[in-house]
Amino acid sequence: MPKPFIVRFIGATPTQGWLAIAAVAAITLVLLPALHLLLPADSSFHVSAYVITLVGKIMCYAIVAVAMDLIWGYTGILSLGHGLFFALGGYAFGMYLMRQIGRDGSNQSDLPDFMVFLDWKQLPWYWTGSDSFLWVIFLVLVVPALAALVFGFFAFRSRIKGVYFSIITQALTFAAMLFFFRNETGFGGNNGFTDFKRILGYSITSPEMRVSLFALTALMLLATLVLGRYLVTSKLGRVLAAIRDAESRVMFIGYNPLYYKLFIWTLSALLCGIAGALYVPQVGIINPGEMSPANSIEIAIWVAVGGRATLIGPVLGAFIVNLAKSFFTVAFPEYWLFFLGALFVGVTLWLPDGVVGLWRKLRERHQAAAKDAP
Amino acid sequence: MKAGRAVFQTLAMIPRFFLLLMLLLGFAAHAAPDPAVVRQLAAEESDDKIAAIHKLALTAEPEALAVLQQLADGTLKDAKGEDITINNRVRRELEGALAVLKLIDPDATVRFKAVKEIASNVDAAMAPMLARARDRETDANIRALLVEAHALATLKDADPQIRIAAAKSLATSADPNTKAVLKAQSEPANEAETEVRRAAFQSYLAVEDRLTLAETIGRIFSGLSLGSILLLAALGLAITYGVMGVINMAHGELLMIGAYATYAMQGLFRSQFPAHEDWYLLAAVPVAFFAAAVVGILLERTVIRWLYGRALETLLATWGLSLMLIQAARVIFGAQNVEVANPSWMSGGLEILPSIVLPLNRIVIVGFALFVLALVWVLMNRTRLGMFVRAVTQNRAMAGCVGVPTGRIDTVAFALGAGIAGLGGVALSQIANVGPDMGQGYIVDSFMVVVLGGVGQLAGAVWAALGLGIVTKFIESWAGAVIAKIVVLVFIIMFIQKRPQGLFALKGRFVES
Amino acid sequence: MSAASILYLHEVTVSFDGFRALNELSLDIEVGELRCIIGPNGAGKTTMMDVITGKTRADRGKVLFDQDIDVRRMSEADIAHLGIGRKFQKPTVFENLTVFENLELSMKMDKRVRTSLFAWLDGGARDKIADTLRLIRLDDDAERQAGLLSHGQKQWLEIGMLLMQDPKLLLLDEPVAGMTDDETARTGELFKSLAGRHSLVVVEHDMAFIAQLGGKVTVLHEGSVLAEGDLATVQNDQRVVEVYLGR
Repeated sequence: MPKPFIVRFIGATPTQGWLAIAAVAAITLVLLPALHLLLPADSSFHVSAYVITLVGKIMCYAIVAVAMDLIWGYTGILSLGHGLFFALGGYAFGMYLMRQIGRDGSNQSDLPDFMVFLDWKQLPWYWTGSDSFLWVIFLVLVVPALAALVFGFFAFRSRIKGVYFSIITQALTFAAMLFFFRNETGFGGNNGFTDFKRILGYSITSPEMRVSLFALTALMLLATLVLGRYLVTSKLGRVLAAIRDAESRVMFIGYNPLYYKLFIWTLSALLCGIAGALYVPQVGIINPGEMSPANSIEIAIWVAVGGRATLIGPVLGAFIVNLAKSFFTVAFPEYWLFFLGALFVGVTLWLPDGVVGLWRKLRERHQAAAKDAP
Repeated sequence: MKAGRAVFQTLAMIPRFFLLLMLLLGFAAHAAPDPAVVRQLAAEESDDKIAAIHKLALTAEPEALAVLQQLADGTLKDAKGEDITINNRVRRELEGALAVLKLIDPDATVRFKAVKEIASNVDAAMAPMLARARDRETDANIRALLVEAHALATLKDADPQIRIAAAKSLATSADPNTKAVLKAQSEPANEAETEVRRAAFQSYLAVEDRLTLAETIGRIFSGLSLGSILLLAALGLAITYGVMGVINMAHGELLMIGAYATYAMQGLFRSQFPAHEDWYLLAAVPVAFFAAAVVGILLERTVIRWLYGRALETLLATWGLSLMLIQAARVIFGAQNVEVANPSWMSGGLEILPSIVLPLNRIVIVGFALFVLALVWVLMNRTRLGMFVRAVTQNRAMAGCVGVPTGRIDTVAFALGAGIAGLGGVALSQIANVGPDMGQGYIVDSFMVVVLGGVGQLAGAVWAALGLGIVTKFIESWAGAVIAKIVVLVFIIMFIQKRPQGLFALKGRFVES
Repeated sequence: MSAASILYLHEVTVSFDGFRALNELSLDIEVGELRCIIGPNGAGKTTMMDVITGKTRADRGKVLFDQDIDVRRMSEADIAHLGIGRKFQKPTVFENLTVFENLELSMKMDKRVRTSLFAWLDGGARDKIADTLRLIRLDDDAERQAGLLSHGQKQWLEIGMLLMQDPKLLLLDEPVAGMTDDETARTGELFKSLAGRHSLVVVEHDMAFIAQLGGKVTVLHEGSVLAEGDLATVQNDQRVVEVYLGR
């Protein structure tokens, strides 16, 4: 008698995993919002807007990192273009945010300011419906996924693999960046979208909105982890690992790797798109810089630092690297690139399994030592 | 209104016409400008000023020219030491006089500029003057320009026969301006006589053909020039990728090191051997090669060697190295771009037709790319080292078995690839900005060349680089640089669909492993 | 083509840049047959397997499976679904998965993404995996990572993966390379027990092993069939001797 799907889905995450999730949920959904909203700003327990925004931003990155882990860690396909899907989700939601500005922009026009500068008289066709929240949510879910599906279909069908695939994805995001830099593309060119005012009519700068976005991001991150855990423990997850180990063997036992890769690739892009949409209202800006090759390759280092094929590792990695970045760029801005570069080199040379791998190794050693002791 | 303006223009032309005639007929003897006339330039009345200008122009003396030039520049002083001001009418006369005087300047380059300037704005009244200047002219190039200018002038002649002759003689032109004039002349609104229109139209077609050809040549050349840059960037990558199967993401930074080495040599020559400054570039070639090669060896020995067989990890680690190299360049040379000047023997250009000038620095770079290519070819195909490198590229395990020191070959091949990237940097420094980030843009492009050409195939890399360069330039001409880049990328992805192994593929059972 | 043909190759030609890897090769394997294929290096043995399994496309010729299915335009996965299993020269297993998981993935079933996403192993499937584990003598190593097995064990695991697919035709490229004599002998026994229920094509260099299998032998040379018959016959064939000894 097979177990119902929902039981298997929940069972994929072990009990201590659910306990950890409950703990994180309690902190991010209750404790931090309460400390931010209820305590006066001068209280020593008050959590500042800066901290909420920073943690919220890094949680968006963590979703991207988990998405990257699914495709790189578990399937062995290194994407250097995931920033594109993140940015596409961000731009899609950004369109809505631009429309919500209404006539409060510096030109008091129904059109976004940058269109007024370009002397456009009406919205281009692809902005149709961008004032509808539901339509934009649909775009956030569909546009990055569709872009990934089309690109992935052609790339995987012609069996582009390894470094070839990586470089082609890098070229893809680079080309997209150039495309979005053009003013005529209709997404604000160089400056992108900014100066957002409200979501669903509520002010975007209010503490309540800040906390809501923060909590939503935390929920999305936890949901991503649970979904990821189910995927990698399912048979599909084992097929993906098999593709990573020996793709030709997978084909000769009757699986078509194309559709497996396409599934996980598109899902990964979808998650990135959602993360991008959550990111933009929190940081208040989206521009083509998000599509730069350097940004995408940084995602890989979050995953590598945390530990590939561990799901939780990439979340840790995203926090470690981005907190370090926040620290360095304020304290020693000229050393940040040295540190980041050394991180790339050091992790690949000495820490192939990341901090999670290191922790596991230390624990094993500790247990072995405990066993040896009388 | 229209007619009134035409009449006015004709009237305004008369003094100038008169002046030209006088000037060219009575070519005066050498003499310093008459002080009284120079004083008259400061007169209250514009008419007096104009008369003085004419008198000075009549002398056709360089000294007179200098005085008029000062007047035009606003640096000429009157007796009280105050600037002489001129109104627009005077200025117009002055410019006419200056331009015409320059046509008989003893310096050929001045005459050349003057005729170019006049040719873009001739009228019928100038025809006799241009004819005279043409007959006096000894320099063949300038003479040809004067012939064309004269023809353009007579195209406005009252006599239809003369206009027809002019239109016919203009068929040999290669000037876009002439093309436009002929086009206008072939329209009924501008030309009443059918015969003239027909002659003008036929000449227009001839000129257009010639110009299209010239444009195509120009585009192929800029494509070749871009292609040779791509080739210089990709050759080194082709070697390292071919041998070790890893993408060195710091390859662009090796280009940057080559470019900074060139900058350093320029500084050294400026301070130590200012007399031979022009030759810094030759000295930079070996210096850039070795600087980049040494950095390459360091990268290979310290990092890349330990990641052998883990291509994706190598990619990430070398990206990290590239970040560190960029930051090191910022710390050493500053975040701003530095200025690297073309040596004098590389500035200027070859004018193939009036509408296309091939810049000398780009011609030199195409030649340099060929030189580097020949060097690499000889090294790979005519030396023992090259044989070892090819052996390792084709079958590493077997090469190891027959005694090729694969470890050492890796290092040497890497150093070689890095050194060639350094040479690419020398070339880049001559046409692009030299700054810490300059290498970043080249890694994707050069990898595309390697992919398109087929791994380990020198000939493939050459065709791919030149092909990509030319195709990019042609698309750029009608769609702009960004769209061209995107189109080329899409094309490469489509191409890999059809031929995953590249243009010059090795097929067979040993390919996949 | 014989009436009981499971695989029929007719004048198949494959060239790589002018070099003819297969030159009008014709071959007919019957249902339940155990066929050995020998030939010097470069004779086209591996290319022949590539063509049958869809890895390489034939330039010309016919490849018919089960009487009337033309496999020349089909993908590797579709050909596998028809019931052709292939073992590579170099043992290829999923090193980071356990032995059990290797067999689980190979099991004959719907192998589309959707079903894999919701798949659940039932008791029958577990029993089948357990049977195969016993057959390939890896039942004690079911939870070990495949990458930790010895070379011979990996060969056996790969054979087990093939059997899980329940194929009509097994293509085995040098299945006993790197095995001990004992393992080789046991592999021979296994193959002989499979013949009849399955059709087997074995490419080998090990003559003792071929003698043990005792089936019909085909000699390939320069991409076509040089000789065919029982081992003794081909060993005495003058042309075969020339090819092998280079006279």
